[in-house]
Amino acid sequence: MKSLSKIRIVLILFSVFLGLVYAAPNFFYSSLQNNSINLLPGKKINLGLDLKGGSYLLLKADMEVVFAEKLESLMSDIRSSLRKSKIGYKKLNVKEDFVSFQMRKGTSVEKIKSVILNIDKNLIVKNNIDIFQIEFSDANKQIITKTTMKQAIEIVRRRIDETGTNEPSIQQQGTDRIIVQLPGLDDPSRIKKLLGKTAKLNFQLVHPTISSEDINKDSKSPPGYIVLPEDKNFDRFYMVNKRVMVSGEMLKDASPTFDRNNSPSVSFQLSPLGGKKFGRVTGKHVGRAFAIVLDGKVVSAPVIQTQIFSTGQITGAFSVQETNDLALVLRSGALPAPMIILEERSVGPGLGSDSISSGKIASIIGLIAVMFFMLITYGIFGILANIALCCNIIFIIALLSMIQATLTLPGIAGIVLTMGMAVDANVLIFERIKEEFNAGRKIVDAIEAGFQRAISTIVDANLTTLFAALALFSFGSGPIKGFSVTLMIGIATSMFTAIIITKYLVLFYSKKKDINNILF
Amino acid sequence: MKLLRLIPSNTNFDFLRFKKIAFIFSAIIILGTFVSLLINNLNYGIDFKGGILLELRSNNSNNGNIDDLRNKVSTLNAGEVSIQNFGKETDFLVRIQKQDGDQKQQIAMIEKVKSVTNKDYNVRRSEFVGPVVGDELKTAGMLAVSLALLSIMVYIWFRFEWQFSIAAIVALTHDVLTTVGLFSILQLEFNLATIAAILTTAGYSINDTVVIFDRVRENLRRYKSKDHYFIYNKSVNETLSRTVITSVTTLIALFIIFFFGGAVLSDFALAMIWGVLIGTFSSIFVAVSLLTYFNINKGDKVEDQPNVPEYER
Repeated sequence: MKSLSKIRIVLILFSVFLGLVYAAPNFFYSSLQNNSINLLPGKKINLGLDLKGGSYLLLKADMEVVFAEKLESLMSDIRSSLRKSKIGYKKLNVKEDFVSFQMRKGTSVEKIKSVILNIDKNLIVKNNIDIFQIEFSDANKQIITKTTMKQAIEIVRRRIDETGTNEPSIQQQGTDRIIVQLPGLDDPSRIKKLLGKTAKLNFQLVHPTISSEDINKDSKSPPGYIVLPEDKNFDRFYMVNKRVMVSGEMLKDASPTFDRNNSPSVSFQLSPLGGKKFGRVTGKHVGRAFAIVLDGKVVSAPVIQTQIFSTGQITGAFSVQETNDLALVLRSGALPAPMIILEERSVGPGLGSDSISSGKIASIIGLIAVMFFMLITYGIFGILANIALCCNIIFIIALLSMIQATLTLPGIAGIVLTMGMAVDANVLIFERIKEEFNAGRKIVDAIEAGFQRAISTIVDANLTTLFAALALFSFGSGPIKGFSVTLMIGIATSMFTAIIITKYLVLFYSKKKDINNILF
Repeated sequence: MKLLRLIPSNTNFDFLRFKKIAFIFSAIIILGTFVSLLINNLNYGIDFKGGILLELRSNNSNNGNIDDLRNKVSTLNAGEVSIQNFGKETDFLVRIQKQDGDQKQQIAMIEKVKSVTNKDYNVRRSEFVGPVVGDELKTAGMLAVSLALLSIMVYIWFRFEWQFSIAAIVALTHDVLTTVGLFSILQLEFNLATIAAILTTAGYSINDTVVIFDRVRENLRRYKSKDHYFIYNKSVNETLSRTVITSVTTLIALFIIFFFGGAVLSDFALAMIWGVLIGTFSSIFVAVSLLTYFNINKGDKVEDQPNVPEYER
């Protein structure tokens, strides 16, 4: 029988010590945040939203809308390029997902193609004799999506930051999705409202003669004009010029205020460039109405009294909260794409703390019950296995804290389950020792043989369980991922504690005492 | 101190004698699973079918009861609504089908429920899953289970012979199927946590199977003159004590989660309790029984060496 290697014992003791140090913050610091006077190196376990309460939103950028917009601007790019190159065309328009036009006679197809590819070399240009069809390639779409998502995340972050939510986490998922996690916020309805608006603000002139009273949504609009609904009253429509005088990008600031009649409104300030432009147009059109268009709906259509430069007010039938929110979204800038909420999960703080306490109770009772069972089944060896089990729990907590994995409610179940399963390695070893002993070996030899022979079984059994945990992890979403992480950590630590720590404990014990009598 | 001994040492049960009965039993529960799936289908949670879920707690136990809540929610014309008690007398789960129209309608419905109930109930949790995500989660779930089964099969194939791998995978599929069947028959909510429970069950069951197979492999080398039937039975008997003790400790932990872990975890624990029981059963009566139909090679002919461990030979 091998003697106890001093270096190994020191290493084991050191690892247990490290485990204790890193697990300790979870026991000492009360409440959910870390203590500011931090004597210990580690942090507390990172609790999932289901335990600390909060909201999870999965958003999807509606790229179809963006592609349609980009197609419109592609059309105007094509128009100006063709004009610049003096190429005749007719019937230039946007169909479902392509721009099409017909070339006039006497132009070379090759020349048109090169002019268009000059706009963007990734475009797909097809022609059927004189009918051209231009669409975005996958490369185009990828670039559009990438830049859109980058902007969108930035704007989402700005809007959420302005609400003063604590430690929000905003991450991209996949190509066109955003995960928003808002700890501590159990009612995300305001956030949803804020993210529900793209907040594209445009100032557009209203038709000088066609008034709202004369039109409905099916009215035919003269060239260059479009029918838009009113924001609050969907039955009222405006004939609005398609040309945008000033857009929201030229906004410098916006804040909630009250107008002369003391009703809530939003005052805004334009950038120098925007102010110049606005001043020019309003100077030319005194006496005419212009529409303040937000996300394709007319908020109000005041008549231009005098020339307006950089500041103005948006009035409408607003509540105070609405002006607060409108000012906020205008300040943060327009979202480049509408956001669709695919998934929403909110947990109130009450449920979270209930879950933590029931998780704690289950863990403690589970631990005591398993330890009691091991004690009455294996006696002294059971005590040794129980020491290893406690080390195992310390390691799990320490590792979870160190890698800052997120502990979820299923994760707590994973820890309790690990307690039940962790003793399996020791059961395998002890049963093997018992067998070897019963087969007539001396007890010290039986111990050595028992450990040695059980190990391959333990490794096989745990590795296969690990595969199931890995599958869970790869499939993982939120709480399930948390569960698989605790399971994997549990498998790793239980192999270490059950094989190595128990072995040294047994060897240590068997050196001190004559264990022939007390075993089995 | 007198130690507890669940299984006496040196048992010698003829497990394989019951293999026919066990097969019939397995066939019945698998058939039951399919029949129930055909008739009842699964009670998919909103994770998979999309929809709205709210957990409410009444402020005042006199006002808050299931009929009151049902009346309030029924004013909303929300379509299919299910309301049930959840864990406590005062806690309720309200499930509402996906609303017609786009996601704005879904979100609006959550607000509506909140507004009709906010006087007497607190919202403890609200969830909304869109149908796109639901379908994705369903696919991902099936993928995860298949992936786990496949990787386990390959691992066993490498570590043992291919026959073991087939026997193990049949046993494992048996466990997964019947766990799904349990959810169908009892109409328990089938959600993301259920997938986790199923995969963990699979992990447990294969663990059990591998331990027995390990012993079978060892005994095949050790008792070369004995027939397979004897070896399989002996292997099951030799590992029986461990099988039972580990099952008991795991079941202790699971029952504690079931009773003390709160309502959210109780279905999860139930699935795993079933999983441990059926996994233990299948390791012996499906996996080992199946081995008898293969003629597994015992290696080179050597004398029996019953008491000499492998590493000393």
